[in-house]
Amino acid sequence: MSWVLVMPIAVPFLTAVVAYLARNYPAGRWISLAGSVLSLVASAVLMAAVLDQGVIAAQMSNWNAPFGITLVADYLAAVMVVITAITGLATAIYALGEIPEETESLGFYALFQTLIAGVTGAFLTGDLFNLYVWFEVMLIASFSLLVIGGGKDRLDAGIKYVALNLVSTLVFLSGIGLLYGVTGTLNMADLREAVANAENQGLITVIAMMFMVGFGVKAAVFPLFFWLPASYHTPYFAISAIFAGLLTKVGVYALMRMFTLVFVGDVGFTHEILIWVSLLTMFTGVIGAAAQTDFRKILSFHIISQIGYMTLGLALFTPLALMGGVFYLVHHIIVKANLFFVAGLAKQYAGDTDLNRIGGLYKSAPLLAVLFIIPAFSLAGFPPLSGFWAKYLIVKAAIELDAWFVAFVSLLVGLLTIFSMTKIWGMAFWKPHPEGYDPTPDRAPPKVTRAMIVPIAGLAAMTIVIGFYPEPFVQFAQTAATQLLDPSDYVTTVLGVQP
Amino acid sequence: MNSIIFTAAARLLVALMFVFSLFMLLRGHHLPGGGFIGGLIGAVSFIVYSLACGPAEARKALRITPEVIAMLGLGIALLAGMFSFFLGDPLFTGQWYWVGGDSYETSAFSLNTVLVFDIGVYLVVLGGILSLTYAFEEET
Repeated sequence: MSWVLVMPIAVPFLTAVVAYLARNYPAGRWISLAGSVLSLVASAVLMAAVLDQGVIAAQMSNWNAPFGITLVADYLAAVMVVITAITGLATAIYALGEIPEETESLGFYALFQTLIAGVTGAFLTGDLFNLYVWFEVMLIASFSLLVIGGGKDRLDAGIKYVALNLVSTLVFLSGIGLLYGVTGTLNMADLREAVANAENQGLITVIAMMFMVGFGVKAAVFPLFFWLPASYHTPYFAISAIFAGLLTKVGVYALMRMFTLVFVGDVGFTHEILIWVSLLTMFTGVIGAAAQTDFRKILSFHIISQIGYMTLGLALFTPLALMGGVFYLVHHIIVKANLFFVAGLAKQYAGDTDLNRIGGLYKSAPLLAVLFIIPAFSLAGFPPLSGFWAKYLIVKAAIELDAWFVAFVSLLVGLLTIFSMTKIWGMAFWKPHPEGYDPTPDRAPPKVTRAMIVPIAGLAAMTIVIGFYPEPFVQFAQTAATQLLDPSDYVTTVLGVQP
Repeated sequence: MNSIIFTAAARLLVALMFVFSLFMLLRGHHLPGGGFIGGLIGAVSFIVYSLACGPAEARKALRITPEVIAMLGLGIALLAGMFSFFLGDPLFTGQWYWVGGDSYETSAFSLNTVLVFDIGVYLVVLGGILSLTYAFEEET
């Protein structure tokens, strides 16, 4: 039983080891691809087990909770693991077309698989300190991936990224220390009870705010987001896609977990702050995007603005809002990773990502134009694509609470998102290619491989499927939200399970 | 560093420290020691060697690149943890086989996955530290 939970973490780790040993041979990339397929299988098995039995938990090394490390999967964790594996597989395929051999022999695939293992571990762990460890695994892998391949820009971005993330990790770690001092436990399920019974509730709120800041930096919420647009536009496209898709979502996931499971004693205070933070995040992100002319920078600012919707789902703290938040989380990972993939392909055709220097893609790559329009309009919330349902749920939740201002901002930000997307569309796809900037798409033989089209098409197909057939996904999100709001199942499974 | 005294002393020190690191590794789990501390001491011995004879010579003495050592160690540690799969236990559950008894006190020695895990940790620490320090030494 417990191995169902272990395999999604162990498979990418083992793949990393083997892929590193084979890094100088072409076999390395196929090993990575095979590992990603196996991860997907492992996470599908986990998902099947969760759908079958509800919350499942396992005690590592046979140390019972709350003393050992617990791995636990409820609906939210399971779907995040599956979506991580899907994004990982898409990236592994895309990397076949993009990553040059020199970078491969530096151990690209090993780092990439370690990153996937770290993200999966963060989703599955039921122990706060273990969560910190997974954050570190992620940070080390992502820092190396950010600077791999060299170049001044990448180092500059890497230093900003690592410095700010270290600060966040330190705040998080101090929070853990304080929490352990107050309650004497770090098992999340055990903490729920311990935090509720703690004498000094004021201190608990302070600790909650430390966690909010720590995870907030990871999730890139206002005003802690500035590392994200400073770093996401420099690495390889495959890497920025996986970063954009997954890394910030780990922060959102951690926020969702902690602020539904543990820190629910003072919802009026903590979640009120979260509402304002979310609104400002949404708004500043989308305004920041309007000022940019680089393909990837626009997309980076949009990550921030979209993060706001997810945390808003958490902040409103009703079943419908949380359901929207969960739905948004999943939809956004698919869409955002895909948009970065498209940006990479656009660069292959047009030679740059600065929108002033490229154009005419509609003429030279009509298929790419179609594949861009799907995730772009989904991101903006056009019906009937997946983003529409995600936004619809959040706005509906806000209206049900009579939070008209919140609903208004959500809709306004959606409108401004369309503005950015049409800007990319107009400048990169419709406008003729500007004179003087080589290569002009008509003449340059684009170095496009099928490896780069396949994941884009696959993720776009998923967006459409979720858009046209949202019923099972919405129902799934509903169950996930119910489990989040009433975690008694989670707590009893973790604390009661006998190995 | 071109000092005859240091180079001559290094020969002795390196071998001693390396043997001591293995001793620390094997001593671990029941007594203070273990893979992490053993790996650190082992790394120090190679660092002393590279200070005395230069990083190129030290790399040759290692035979395998430190990065590969670290990754192999990671693999060994993981596989040691996954061994418990065959006995139906969760990941990283220590499996013990006592030779000539049934506990630490009564048996002569034991075969266990904990030591294998520790060897993995030893290699990770050794390889990790050495890849860092060699990179620094070669840069200057």
